[in-house]
Amino acid sequence: MATLRDPRVRPLLTSCLTLAMAIGVYAISFGVASVAVGASVAQTCALSLLVFTGASQFSAVAVVAAGGSAASAMSGALLLAARNTVFGLTMSRRLTGRLPKRLLAAQLVIDESTAMSTAQDEPQLQRLAFWITGGAIYIFWNLGTLIGALAGNAIDPRKFGLDAAIPAAFVAMLWPQLRTVRARLAAAIGATLCLITIPFLPIGMPILIASFGVLVGIPEPKPNEGRS
Amino acid sequence: MTWELVLALGAGSYLLKMLGLVVIGDRPIPAALDRCLALIPAALIAAIIVSNTLSIGHHLQIDARLAGVSAAVVAASRRAPVLVVIVLGAAVTAVVRAIAG
Repeated sequence: MATLRDPRVRPLLTSCLTLAMAIGVYAISFGVASVAVGASVAQTCALSLLVFTGASQFSAVAVVAAGGSAASAMSGALLLAARNTVFGLTMSRRLTGRLPKRLLAAQLVIDESTAMSTAQDEPQLQRLAFWITGGAIYIFWNLGTLIGALAGNAIDPRKFGLDAAIPAAFVAMLWPQLRTVRARLAAAIGATLCLITIPFLPIGMPILIASFGVLVGIPEPKPNEGRS
Repeated sequence: MTWELVLALGAGSYLLKMLGLVVIGDRPIPAALDRCLALIPAALIAAIIVSNTLSIGHHLQIDARLAGVSAAVVAASRRAPVLVVIVLGAAVTAVVRAIAG
């Protein structure tokens, strides 16, 4: 295990904690929104503890608030969570180990933990980044939810630009992924497919459609193709 | 909101995560599929960025977020630490939003 003395670990810890705190503020707004549509404080906290996927939780609460059926709340939320299956597949290469440990890790497979982990170069740091990011966000997400649900009203995250903090964090995590021509192509196709489909596909689906970008990985790489 | 829905959502989203990490993840897979899997973060993170920056629900919308995220791109391309990229993205968005009203 990499230790705290390792010079690469300190910046990793700092960025994971910053991200977790920004997300914690978002969780406050989830807590507020959920209670506002009639969920109890206990139900709101249970959603964050069990679902632990912000987009799915917000969508379920929004559908219930709009008077949608349980079935439509379910399908919308699970569609948003479906990308975690794909992220789980990506992480399975990096998170080997005993079954109970992997069953625990599964709950922490989210956008941020996958992105932060795959942004690292070495397997040891990749595992560390996954557990620290996933763990810190789990704590702050649930703490924020509880505070929001109890407070009932809270700061406006938009006023502090926190709605942009999350895509900005993803920009930082995307950068190290773009070292190969293929990765840049996959990213460009994914982003384009997502933008084109946002107006007419159900919310959450465009991000899944972006996975078609990975098909550029099918052809056998030429011997001279590589990092550039 | 009913407890049945809360529990069903919890079970459903956990199963989706576990399906990828534990159930499918163990099996040996062809090389081409392996190359594709390695590209997932690039394709999906890029999509998450554009969707969080340029849309609200089903609407494409250009607003203060684009300024903040563009600043984040510049910072990331100059290899700024993640912390700087995040804070800069939020700060530029907040300032542009405050000025533009």
